[in-house]
Amino acid sequence: MSQRTFAGGIHPSYFKDYTAGKPTAAARAPTQVIIPLHQNIGAPCEAVVQVGDEVKVGQKIGEPQGFVSAPIHASISGKVTKIGPYNHPLGKPVEAVFIENDGQDTLYEGVKPNKPLEELTPQEVIQIAKEAGLVGLGGATFPTHVKLSPPPEIAIDTVIINAAECEPFLTADHVLMLERADDVVYGLKAFMKALQATKGIIGIEDNKPDAIVSMQKAVAKGGQGYDLEVHALETKYPQGAEKMLIRATTGREVPPGALPMAVNVVNQNNGTAVALAEAIKLGKPLYERVVTVTGPGIQHPANLIVRNGTLVSELIEQCGGLTADARKLILGGPMMGLAQPSGDVPVIKGTSGVLILTQKFVKDHASGPCIKCGKCVDACPMHLVPNFIGSAAEKNNFELAEKYGALDCFECGCCTYTCPAKRPLVQWIRIAKGEILARRNKQ
Amino acid sequence: MNVVYALMVLGGLGLLFGGLLSYAAQRFAVEEDERVEVVADLLPNANCGACGYPGCINFAEKVVAGEAPVDSCIPGGKAVSDRICEVLGLESVASDVKKIAQVFCLGTKDAAADLFEYQGIKDCKAAMMFGDGFKACKYGCLGLGTCVEVCPFDALSMGENGLPVVDPERCGGCGLCAKACPRGVIRIVDAAPRGKVVLCNSQDRGRATRNACEVGCIGCKACVRACPQEAVTVENFLAYIDRTKCNDCGECLDVCKRDVIKDFKDYIKTN
Repeated sequence: MSQRTFAGGIHPSYFKDYTAGKPTAAARAPTQVIIPLHQNIGAPCEAVVQVGDEVKVGQKIGEPQGFVSAPIHASISGKVTKIGPYNHPLGKPVEAVFIENDGQDTLYEGVKPNKPLEELTPQEVIQIAKEAGLVGLGGATFPTHVKLSPPPEIAIDTVIINAAECEPFLTADHVLMLERADDVVYGLKAFMKALQATKGIIGIEDNKPDAIVSMQKAVAKGGQGYDLEVHALETKYPQGAEKMLIRATTGREVPPGALPMAVNVVNQNNGTAVALAEAIKLGKPLYERVVTVTGPGIQHPANLIVRNGTLVSELIEQCGGLTADARKLILGGPMMGLAQPSGDVPVIKGTSGVLILTQKFVKDHASGPCIKCGKCVDACPMHLVPNFIGSAAEKNNFELAEKYGALDCFECGCCTYTCPAKRPLVQWIRIAKGEILARRNKQ
Repeated sequence: MNVVYALMVLGGLGLLFGGLLSYAAQRFAVEEDERVEVVADLLPNANCGACGYPGCINFAEKVVAGEAPVDSCIPGGKAVSDRICEVLGLESVASDVKKIAQVFCLGTKDAAADLFEYQGIKDCKAAMMFGDGFKACKYGCLGLGTCVEVCPFDALSMGENGLPVVDPERCGGCGLCAKACPRGVIRIVDAAPRGKVVLCNSQDRGRATRNACEVGCIGCKACVRACPQEAVTVENFLAYIDRTKCNDCGECLDVCKRDVIKDFKDYIKTN
């Protein structure tokens, strides 16, 4: 059987051993959580609580402003002590709700089970996802209810659960597939119901054979009456990028600039599937998630269930602290994650991992001129010419960068990874993208 | 004999094509205003774009066609403008104020604190993409030299202290550096060597500025009170001196606790 995969890509070392196979443990609830009011792609939320209010676990504290936005809920019970700007993983401070823990963990009265999936209408599923504040948990944090509401003229036939987890180091999705396989299948069925899709696919990289077996069992058990498949995919970065995953699992090619719905597909992360299952079964909004705390720079790597708004420094402390040679903190994986200036930054819905790297991993290489070897061209999963785009951006020639398709780049970083001249290609392309979009907005 | 044939054939071909070319040159000649070339020769030919046209030759065409103002060439200044007027037979219009780029920041590597170590591309735009840059001060110079890269006159260089240095001899005042600077630290100012200047761009409150930088303006208004000419104003916790009103008495310089007010003369000289 030929392997399911896509063209291009790279093969970084997995580094998954730090936490692979470690069962999830609930992180200690912190004495204070700081929950940013902007946790998704799209519009931020507005606080609906005031300083001094008592809130309970699962109570809504942020009301979305606009359609592409998702509500935000309290992750602990206690008192709102402050509403003001605080550090955010994206770099700029945003408004956040500070809640002091009363240690009671009282559940909000509104958190109660919904009807079983069989009795729900598609509209009700979408409404549940919206009210629970679901966003894509893979890291992009696109509001789930928006993905579940395609324009009426587009019929979605396939839902793909993205369980590739192609980023090195991260194991949050992996551990969910081992522990919560039934919920992943339940969530997938709910997605299919909401979209009236006929086919469900779960895509997993083949370096996680135990997860593949676990999911196959769960599909056999809970998938009666549904057309569900588990696909083993080649272990290659960025297998978990949505366009690559669609290519690998269905053979369909998403046109440049279009969304997966253009080829009648919707992708969802398996963490999101579990969250939707919980939202339906328990009525539980998204206020905690699995975070992989890992890397050579941490004493005791672990897969933790973390409350939204827990400070990263707190997680590091719970995992035994840093090693002596710890050097760099990244939220997410090493390829697309965001480096952070300090641990005083809260975990948000999109935080899949806390990665601590040591000096060995963060060498600052001097970059040379492009030697036109074409390695980045071979590696680019979008079939772009990263060296040309990068050079154009370096020379401030953004029209040329746009002509070479800079806007089709989704910043996976394969080009920079593979460049023998150590050129920061994806970094230049990001600048080009920012500049091109800024100029467009101006016009 | 072969040699003669060869010479005849090649010579004949040469004559034929020569004739064709000279005919084509006359038949298809493009009428061009010869003044365009004369004007283009007068221009600095840095192709900086400060005039609003893509390059010097385009500007020359427009000027000759009467579509561009004669004094648009900022680096060329009055001298160039006057000579263009001469060529075109117009009245001189340009004022003789030379413009120069000025860096409104004294936050050297040592003076302005860094929030974290930056490992990305050595470019200010790139550094601004995460958290508005790695400096504690969100208004000061990042020192990665994007302005130096864009200068068409080689008038800017990055000093060892991490601040760009303007060469007043070379600077044409075209403003490309000011446009390129994501922090807006560089402004184009009147180059006449008089008046005092506040070399800071920080609009943070006093305490925030104090924490971020040893030499930032905290907006204490001591200079406003000291100035007999009422040339100093403070807006957004940042002092500004109107050099057209300033009489160089130096009172402000003496009262400034943060040492951010400098003599514009010295500023040009030391740079």
